[in-house]
Amino acid sequence: MNSAEQIARDVQSGSMSATSVLQMSLDAIRARNEELNVFLYVDEEGAFETASSIDARIAKGEDVGPLAGVPVALKDNLCQDGIPTTCSSKILEGWRPPYNATVIDRLLAAGAVPVGKTNLDEFAMGSSTENSAFGPTRNPLNPSRVPGGSSGGSAAAVAADMTPLALGSDTGGSIRQPAALCGLVGMKPSYGLVSRYGLIAFASSLDQIGPLTKSVTDAAMLLEAIAGHDEMDSTSLAEPAPSLVAHVNDGVAGKRIGLVRELIDGADEDVVASVERAVEALREAGATIVELSVPEFRLGLSAYYLIAPAEASSNLARFDGVRYGLRVNEGDVTAMMEATRTAGFGDEVKRRIMLGTYALSAGYYDAYYGQALKVRTLTIDAFARAYQQADLLLGATTPSVAFEFGSKTSNPMAMYLSDVFTIPSNLSGEPAISVPFGTGEAGLPTGVQLLGPGRSEATLFAAARVLEIAND
Amino acid sequence: MSSPLRREDVAHVAKLARLTLSEAELDLFTAQLGQVLEHANDMNALDLDGVVPTAHPFGLVNVVRDDELRPCLDHDRVMAMAPDAQDGRFAVPRILGEAP
Repeated sequence: MNSAEQIARDVQSGSMSATSVLQMSLDAIRARNEELNVFLYVDEEGAFETASSIDARIAKGEDVGPLAGVPVALKDNLCQDGIPTTCSSKILEGWRPPYNATVIDRLLAAGAVPVGKTNLDEFAMGSSTENSAFGPTRNPLNPSRVPGGSSGGSAAAVAADMTPLALGSDTGGSIRQPAALCGLVGMKPSYGLVSRYGLIAFASSLDQIGPLTKSVTDAAMLLEAIAGHDEMDSTSLAEPAPSLVAHVNDGVAGKRIGLVRELIDGADEDVVASVERAVEALREAGATIVELSVPEFRLGLSAYYLIAPAEASSNLARFDGVRYGLRVNEGDVTAMMEATRTAGFGDEVKRRIMLGTYALSAGYYDAYYGQALKVRTLTIDAFARAYQQADLLLGATTPSVAFEFGSKTSNPMAMYLSDVFTIPSNLSGEPAISVPFGTGEAGLPTGVQLLGPGRSEATLFAAARVLEIAND
Repeated sequence: MSSPLRREDVAHVAKLARLTLSEAELDLFTAQLGQVLEHANDMNALDLDGVVPTAHPFGLVNVVRDDELRPCLDHDRVMAMAPDAQDGRFAVPRILGEAP
């Protein structure tokens, strides 16, 4: 499938219709969805309606927007009006939201065509998509490997050429990690840059929606379309969407880029080798590389696996069988709630709810949750110190290439360690991008991660573009 | 605080979180959650006295909007997705116990 950039140009110029682009996307989905389990729901009818209206408006000479006719896959924790939205959980099976997430309204306003909802780890809790109640997604590059998670379905949709664009959500690495494992560009924007209205909450102070694409320019186009203040999300930044596409080719000349020891320590040799080659590519493009150590990043994992479950235990209290989703009838209202939650949630969700409830409970609050919030402050301060010495930071996205199914499912802690390099940016609320760079074990792609201070998305895209060019 | 998680702690937390666990699940979760908490003990080696906790990346306070009427979600559509409804309200099983 062509890039979103190319498709939008062709559709805008009339050399290709939005409906014919959609047909290609649906054909690609039909060809491999059964094998890969990427889409939980394909909205063929709605997508054709959207595409036809775009074609009609173009025929009348109207400007339909920067993403004219581009098919987009949506992670199934984004509410779409009238379309089944499950979070890959039995507790929401059959539920159809009565409203659109803000990002979906903005996609439609930009001329994009939402085609369907993609698989994820239940409630976005996981790093392999193996925690979905509807079965795992397979990595299109090697179906015996995981696509990563939790946005594994969205990553697989783009990697399998089903759609050129996909939206994911990133609470501890859930966009960047699957992007790395599927050979894609994936960005977690600054906290608040993209409205979370209509994103079913996992950990509200960490969650952020962002793009998964094949190219840096496509990622910039998609983010530009969905970013900007939204009065429906009181945590969204006050300013309008920044200009990103215009800066993609700004390069890195004169930039100081910090190679962070803690963002490569413990990674496999093939991954480290790719980061080292990325250092050379950035240096050749005129950047100055400084080597840094940020020991606080090592503590991030511990803080995250208390803060995120604590927030989740509170957010997921709403799934009680009263207002929407599953209800298991049993005895009085408390028995009904307990039976509903026990039947509706999978093991990983139960683990996190219990971990969070424990961390927040009387007698343990200060020791666990309170301590984690203080470590969050240390992480933020450590980033600020690092950004006095460097404009951007560099490291690996993941410790390894895509791993085998079942290799980490019996040991939650081993799975959690997949997120060790991505978590610091969620704690600080700052942006980070994973760019495919080089290959590793079994010829699978390796991802390199660039991190920047708040609102540095344009600089990150420009640096990512340098790596993209060097990788070709 | 290196208190290893006990089985009865997990049973208590499950009750608070409105989850029913089987005996086998209690054993499994006690071991798995204990592992995560043990990993978290690396934070306790730190002297964090005087460090201000961060609950939110921007420390937002009191974001308010103008006090204007605006449309909200369609009542009928919302109620249509409820597991049980009566007279436009959510219906639930008995809330109060039998009189003693």
